[in-house]
Amino acid sequence: MKRMMGIINLYNSKDLLWELTRGRPLAAVPFAGRYRLIDFTLSNMINSGITNVGILMQGNFRSLMDHLRSGKEWDLARKREGLYFLPPVTGINVENGFPNDLSAFQSNLDYLQNSRQSHVVISGCSMICNLDYNYGLAFHQEKGADITVAYKEMGDLDSYPYSSMLGLDEDGRVRDIEINPVRARYRNLFLEMYIIEKKLLMELVDSAVSRGGTNFLRDAVMKNLDKLKIYGIHYQRYVAHLMSIRSYYRHSMELLRPEVWRNLFFANGLIYTKIKDEAPTKYNDSARVSNSLIANGCIVEGTVENSIIFRGVKIHKDAVVKNSIIMQKSEIGSGATLENMICDKDVRISAGKCLIAEPHYPMVISKGSLL
Amino acid sequence: MSKIDCVAMLLAGGQGSRLGVLTKSLAKPAVQFGGKYRIIDFTLSNCHNSEMDIVGVLTQYRPLELHSYIGIGSHWDMDRRGGGVFVLPPFARDQGGEWYKGTADAIYQNINFLELYQPQQVLILSGDHIYKMDYSLMLEYHRDKQAAVTIGVIEVPWEETHRFGIMSTNGEGRIVEFQEKPSKAKNNQASMGIYIFDYAVLKDYLRRDAEDTATSHDFGKDIIPRMVAEQQKAYAYPFNGYWRDVGTVESYWEANMDLLAERPELDLYDTSWRIYSENLNLPPHYIANGSSVKCSIVSEGSQLYGNVDHTVVFPDVYVAPGAQVKDSVLLPHVRIREGVVLDHVIVGPNTVIEAGSIISEQETNICEDAALKKYSGITLIGADKTIAPALSGAKK
Repeated sequence: MKRMMGIINLYNSKDLLWELTRGRPLAAVPFAGRYRLIDFTLSNMINSGITNVGILMQGNFRSLMDHLRSGKEWDLARKREGLYFLPPVTGINVENGFPNDLSAFQSNLDYLQNSRQSHVVISGCSMICNLDYNYGLAFHQEKGADITVAYKEMGDLDSYPYSSMLGLDEDGRVRDIEINPVRARYRNLFLEMYIIEKKLLMELVDSAVSRGGTNFLRDAVMKNLDKLKIYGIHYQRYVAHLMSIRSYYRHSMELLRPEVWRNLFFANGLIYTKIKDEAPTKYNDSARVSNSLIANGCIVEGTVENSIIFRGVKIHKDAVVKNSIIMQKSEIGSGATLENMICDKDVRISAGKCLIAEPHYPMVISKGSLL
Repeated sequence: MSKIDCVAMLLAGGQGSRLGVLTKSLAKPAVQFGGKYRIIDFTLSNCHNSEMDIVGVLTQYRPLELHSYIGIGSHWDMDRRGGGVFVLPPFARDQGGEWYKGTADAIYQNINFLELYQPQQVLILSGDHIYKMDYSLMLEYHRDKQAAVTIGVIEVPWEETHRFGIMSTNGEGRIVEFQEKPSKAKNNQASMGIYIFDYAVLKDYLRRDAEDTATSHDFGKDIIPRMVAEQQKAYAYPFNGYWRDVGTVESYWEANMDLLAERPELDLYDTSWRIYSENLNLPPHYIANGSSVKCSIVSEGSQLYGNVDHTVVFPDVYVAPGAQVKDSVLLPHVRIREGVVLDHVIVGPNTVIEAGSIISEQETNICEDAALKKYSGITLIGADKTIAPALSGAKK
């Protein structure tokens, strides 16, 4: 009997990916040449044997629906269970005024009730890693925990603003939580992942909502820090935390390190995504490529260095792309130069254009632009 | 076009023995091609793109990998209600079973399948060819001509006419003479092994052919000549695009190399006529600092640290620093270690070429190995092998 079900929580309190999240939820932001952020969370759940996944949808989620469709590519188009879209509650049922994750949990209590599994894995989408939730469940049971949360110990505090941090005691029990501090006091980055028994989750949600709560972490978890045994489990391997354009860019560039590439794509299983049936990428005689990650369906005739190239991109002769991220179906005209740029989908840079941003401060060209 | 107008029958039972070790453990239609595909993908994708929704795939030789690859046809969007792809292997009957004795016999043994649908026309295809073709246009042509049979033909070089079935037609495209592999051809219009039959006519000829013990039960050798001889309305449908029979190691290598041209005749990047294939869920490929990759096609999951020139690279291939690969085809999961030199080599799936190995037209330094065979300048290495340089000095 499968013991865990998954809930992907798309409500995020701070969204700082600006241009990249203008027309899409954070979960649908393209990453790593052919994926959307949600692919990593979903694949981790699938690879941990979870076959029942509900997604708490929020915001402009058309692009996300289009990406996931029946869930077939994640093996979630099933007769029994599979993928469930849990759309936001609108209209008179929203008692606390605006859409929030607690009311989303509350309005889907019957979905939880009807699921066969005893435990729930709850995860957000901005922490990109490749892990097995079964370790978390084993830890959870060994500790006799009410809630287990995942964290990663960070070295440099200053580079992680707008994240939630955990204060732990010697036994690993969570004693304090900071939500989006400007300057963090703890080094333990909360990975926005929980393991909790289903019955307890339902009780916590109901009790928090009935006391006017709106935020799951703040009102259902933090307010019960003393009453509940909440333990942190340390995740040692690679995590990309995407909370700003800079961190998006930096973590994208980290994929060019073979050990990160291997860890993120193979550590506990493959990452699944929507199939595009693109041909292999073609390099012509004039192609000069080094230290780059390139997806299928591209035609490369120019120079590409230290860059991430998504599916179906065309880079024409004498174009130079350096330290840049070029998303799906963009086209870089001949003789154009791009440095330290992020081109969203369907961007067309005409011949001879020269766009150079400062290193580490990339510029974003928004979706569908023609320059 | 409504569904039961035409049913496609895809002959995929061929052994393809002239492909050497490439077909040692799998049927020719399942052989990998073009950096991510298998040969049968082209025909099945053509079926999907031509809206041929019912496809029977006749298998026979080493069908395990082919059957599991075809599955329920999801790769080609053919897992459809009331249609889709049907795998049709030979089967046993009350009076015992038998193998498919020829292309015509294979269809005849599956006449029950066709009877289920009672189509007006039957499209007969072969799973051995690399091409993009809209079968619905050929079907329209067949109907316009009110033909009994229409045969897809393509112009071949005169010096190669002896390898094909050659059609002579009158001004309207009607076939007046058919020569099977002639030594002196009257024409250079070759049969592509693509036929559209009126179902009633097909049934009649198949039945008569089955009763005749003197024939080889083959469409090209028996059925078509007989129909032409009996004045049936047989028409030739000229096809002008890229079409290759990859029946030999040389032609397999050449057709792979064709994809590396500056403007390949076969456009794999045309989104209106995609070639569908399996999806391995691998990340984008990585090209390292200090490597050089040009005139090549590369697929997902590969990691290239060495020099790759004019080569087809399948998914999950590793080329180590200092390796030089030229004019070659690296099938999935191949590992090329440090300092290896490959020139005109086809490396089978999962094979490891150990550090320092040299295999080229001029020089080879590896142990004599049954896994390695030469075909007019092209070296073919089988699947799941480990190839290492000979211990003492270089061997010529």
